[in-house]
Amino acid sequence: MKKHHITLSVNGDDYDALVEPQQTLLDTLRDTLMLTGTKEGCATGDCGACSVIVDGTLQCACLMLGVEANGAKVETIEGMAKGEKLHPLQKAILEHNGLQCGICTPGVLMAAKALLERNPDPTETETRFWLAGNLCRCTGYDKLIKSVLVAAKEMRGA
Amino acid sequence: MSELRYEAPESVSAAVALLAGAKGMARVLAGGTDVIVQMETELIEPELIVDIKKIPEVRGISAENGGFRVGAAATGMQICDHKEFARTWPGVIEGVKLIGSIQVKGRASMGGNLCNASPGADSVPPMFTAGAIARVVGPKGVREVPVEQIPTAPGKTSLAKDEIVTSFFFPARPKRSGDAYQRFTPRTEMDIAVTGVAINLSLDDKGVCTAARVAIGAVAPTALLVKDAGAALVGTKVDDAAIEKMVAAARAACKPIDDKRGTKEFRIEVTGVLAKRVAKAALERALANK
Amino acid sequence: MAHDILDNSGFSADRKLKIVGTNPIKHDGWDKVTGAAKFSSDIVLPGMLVGKVLRSPHAHAVIKSIDTSAAEKLSGVKAVVTRADFPEIKEGTPYGDMTRMVIAREKVYHEGHPVAAVAATSESIAKRALKLIKVEYEVLPHVIDPVEAMKPDAPVLHAYMRTKGAKPGDAKVWADKASNVVERYELGVGDVAKGFAEAEFVVEHVYDTKPMHQGYIEPQSCVATASEEGEVELWCCTQAPFVYRDRLSEILKMDSSKIKVQQSELGGGFGGKTAFYAEPIAIQLARKARRPVKITFTRSEVFRGTGPVSGTQSRIKIGCRKDGTITAAEAELVFQTGPYSGSAFTNAPQAMFTRYDLPNVKTVSYEVVSNRPKVASFRAPCVPQVVFGVEDVMSELATKIGMDQIEFRLKNAMADGATTIYAEKFGKIGFIETLEAAKNCEHYKSPVPKGCGRGISTGFWFNRGGETSSSLQVAPDGSVTITLGTADVAGSRISISMMVAEELGIPVDKVRAVLADTHQLGFNRVTAGSRTTFSQGVVLVDCSRKVIKEMAGRAARIWKVPEEGVMFEDGMFRPASTNVGEFKPLSIADIAKQTTNTEGAIAARSDMNVTGAGPGFGCHIVDVKVDEETGFTEIVRYTVVEDAGKAIHPLQVEGQFQGGAVQGIGWALNEEYIFGTDGKMQNPGFLDYRMPVASDVPNIDTIIVEVPNPKHPYGLRGVGEVPVVPTMAAIANAIGNCIGIRPRSLPMSPPRLLKLLKEKKGKA
Repeated sequence: MKKHHITLSVNGDDYDALVEPQQTLLDTLRDTLMLTGTKEGCATGDCGACSVIVDGTLQCACLMLGVEANGAKVETIEGMAKGEKLHPLQKAILEHNGLQCGICTPGVLMAAKALLERNPDPTETETRFWLAGNLCRCTGYDKLIKSVLVAAKEMRGA
Repeated sequence: MSELRYEAPESVSAAVALLAGAKGMARVLAGGTDVIVQMETELIEPELIVDIKKIPEVRGISAENGGFRVGAAATGMQICDHKEFARTWPGVIEGVKLIGSIQVKGRASMGGNLCNASPGADSVPPMFTAGAIARVVGPKGVREVPVEQIPTAPGKTSLAKDEIVTSFFFPARPKRSGDAYQRFTPRTEMDIAVTGVAINLSLDDKGVCTAARVAIGAVAPTALLVKDAGAALVGTKVDDAAIEKMVAAARAACKPIDDKRGTKEFRIEVTGVLAKRVAKAALERALANK
Repeated sequence: MAHDILDNSGFSADRKLKIVGTNPIKHDGWDKVTGAAKFSSDIVLPGMLVGKVLRSPHAHAVIKSIDTSAAEKLSGVKAVVTRADFPEIKEGTPYGDMTRMVIAREKVYHEGHPVAAVAATSESIAKRALKLIKVEYEVLPHVIDPVEAMKPDAPVLHAYMRTKGAKPGDAKVWADKASNVVERYELGVGDVAKGFAEAEFVVEHVYDTKPMHQGYIEPQSCVATASEEGEVELWCCTQAPFVYRDRLSEILKMDSSKIKVQQSELGGGFGGKTAFYAEPIAIQLARKARRPVKITFTRSEVFRGTGPVSGTQSRIKIGCRKDGTITAAEAELVFQTGPYSGSAFTNAPQAMFTRYDLPNVKTVSYEVVSNRPKVASFRAPCVPQVVFGVEDVMSELATKIGMDQIEFRLKNAMADGATTIYAEKFGKIGFIETLEAAKNCEHYKSPVPKGCGRGISTGFWFNRGGETSSSLQVAPDGSVTITLGTADVAGSRISISMMVAEELGIPVDKVRAVLADTHQLGFNRVTAGSRTTFSQGVVLVDCSRKVIKEMAGRAARIWKVPEEGVMFEDGMFRPASTNVGEFKPLSIADIAKQTTNTEGAIAARSDMNVTGAGPGFGCHIVDVKVDEETGFTEIVRYTVVEDAGKAIHPLQVEGQFQGGAVQGIGWALNEEYIFGTDGKMQNPGFLDYRMPVASDVPNIDTIIVEVPNPKHPYGLRGVGEVPVVPTMAAIANAIGNCIGIRPRSLPMSPPRLLKLLKEKKGKA
């Protein structure tokens, strides 16, 4: 199949890639760029495991073609920690056991990061509705939501 | 299986020309939250994808003649974040907010929601009641089409193969107007409407309803504007008796099917329940909007 | 082989614990929050091909022919496999059934049943190749519902099948001709006729529950390679690497020693990853293509092709006296299993009443095949489905005799030393303590919020032990590696590491748990049934104690004193008394450093068939609010009370309680398989298979009861299964109390509740 040449920035690094036209951004990240931290749970936009931030907007990498990402700035889980320093959300999820199997975790973290960038002080209900697009089957959401609220508090310096 | 072609033209005319020249199935790509899923699950195998997002006029939201012009590919999040639009059309925003998750709304558009022609599309009933006008561009020029004339059946629209919706016009609205949309789903989020009701109404100084439009979704092959239901409210103070009449008209207009998302009986029943609740919400907004 | 630790765990309630009972960060957590963790679909090997599976569009059909020639000719296609590429094993035998579930032979038995597979250089080529495979079917009538499948005129799936345990006088089964009933199983105690004659109140109802999917977020994925010499390596997400190896050996007719299964990180299993699906196909493709092959399922394939949980129909009857004493209980249970046996349905009659001390019980259970995906294990397999009915009957009886719900259950609760229907005599158990904790908790004592209904329910699970083989190595720097052959489904590595650290008196950060491949250890039973943290605790505490003994010997030799002269305390080897002499205490690191000067590496291994799992009991309390105009149920408040024996890592234990309860909420309210009249599943995706999202549920409160299991060195009991057992019943009881009519069919979705409400209004 004829491929398109795209250039994009992922976590601040510039990449060139050849992508098939039907290939999604998720396939491009995972299979072409070998950035496998972004997970596939459904490939239909229903689970949020592939949540990434494209040009400042939270979205599912499975709902965008790779070719559409030409020229885009993409943020993925691999760019969340700065060197050894974890993002407060990552730290909170570790400390409060907000993960069990960990497959939904990268998507949840990206979604939560987008939430806190927009609303530094969300209520529990707002957090639950914002993260409604991120399915988790292990935790029952309790510790996951608590982790996000703890991180929000820490980031506010409260 | 033919080779898929992806094009991203930078003008409406180029987009229209590409669609006109397509040999096999062609699809317009706006947010892609339906088209890409349909491709992924092999429901459709298009030969051509025309990505319209490089065309400036399909993406913006701006004031026009006291109303708003909203690009057909403006994203859900973009629409929800437009403070003026959101204040003016809270019911439309309620519909847009229910189009999938935050992630999905980061891409999904009203144009896509309308042209995918799903009977359960959440932004469609409030667009109907808002009296939105779609700007349709084809090789022969521009048509201005009331949105309720676009969807014709599940997955089908009145658009020609080489026509695209570029934007919607939401008219100026009088004071003492209010709109609202609610849907029913078994989950609180991430679900497809089992039924949805939008109502837009205006009141005079005495609180008498001067105009009302009622639309229902997910209970017929397309979303429906129910004229009788709107008429039941006009000339009343939107009191319980008028609402009862409106509810009866809304229920009578339902032509639902039994499917995985709900039974006929349930859909008709709950459409009435929502119609009552939505009327009260729209009324409250109209009264507050002096 | 006798193991001291199984006879005498050394459990002591007085022991001061430094690590067990705290909440250190999971060692695997760092990789999971940074995206570095390697799940099976993240694995890439040089030359790797993409495998794709062709699936049956029919629910039941004979495969007349398969023509793969056009697919084979497509450029980029490296291998195509069909039934012809798998060894023939006789139908109706366990491995004959297994190979036929992997890839259809004579017939397809459900929509989504694999028929062929390809390996190609790209996914798009593989997809195109599937379309070129021509399969000729002769479509047969199908049957989806197990109760329908039991009827004499139902389409028969297997002409050879005769009901095991068929009994004259039971019209539902026959032994002289083919039937869809795999087995009739009777289990009981006492004399129910006498028991019901003594009863002053009797309640009996019929219930049905729907199959639910385990719903793990990670679709199955595997990578297989084959060496020129015929060895196979398989990377996959599995709860049972050793079981996969041995079953692969059977169905592919290869030596187990030539198969290496390496588990990856596991993105959720809940029982659903205890049996393989695409793994044998990937291996056969890799052997044929002589290149590595990866197969990753789509979500639709997960729903259509992997196991859900059994749906059931049950009739349950219980009688009691006015004072609350239960005199008899009776049940008739039907379990759907998919096209082949494997539902583990005998768990249900064994567990359904166990927690109540009942003198007279009779149960008859049937396992039934039908044209839907074969069931797989799920938390407490087959038990929550029938507890759904048991706890409704219990609640109705309590209401009838005017007794508090928990008091009624306490009145009949099993105490220490009770004997079960399956003839196990319990030791120390914590059911009474669990009920007391529930009765005294703030939630239960608080008034029911306005407009809400409250329900309670209880549950039991056996908890398991089983074959466990692990090793422990002390590195020269004194840090410790433990090698585990069990899977880590939710974070067991940290809990196991904590027990080792506690034993050795070293910080938990000095212990690292690694997941073994099947070449490294002896057979490990599947990680299921709440067995892993318990069994690994026993085995690795045994390893730790062996290592301590060995190190004490080394210390003795370093000090040149007799071995009895060395004691181990607080992580240090010290002279046992002043008589031994004055020596500077040696740490584990001090001794490890000298391994080259002493007798070499310090390591231990322990292989056991672990026994002594203490049974688990739970009680759930839930408040719900039902919108009577729409039938929508809101879960307003939820509390899980459960006996953990001892919570090694309390946050992990709470997480099990909360996760299990929310899975149960999904099962209770919305999750179900919807089949069309054509036998096809209509909702094979997360949009229409409605699992709970974050905004659907409240925080789940937890109360950890700790009645130590004397057979475990730290007193723990498994906690993974019980949390889902009472959930649906608790919610149904709450809904019943809210709207005045108790639903007896799952899911309790809005259309069903609205219909019930209308029926109730119609009667009023």
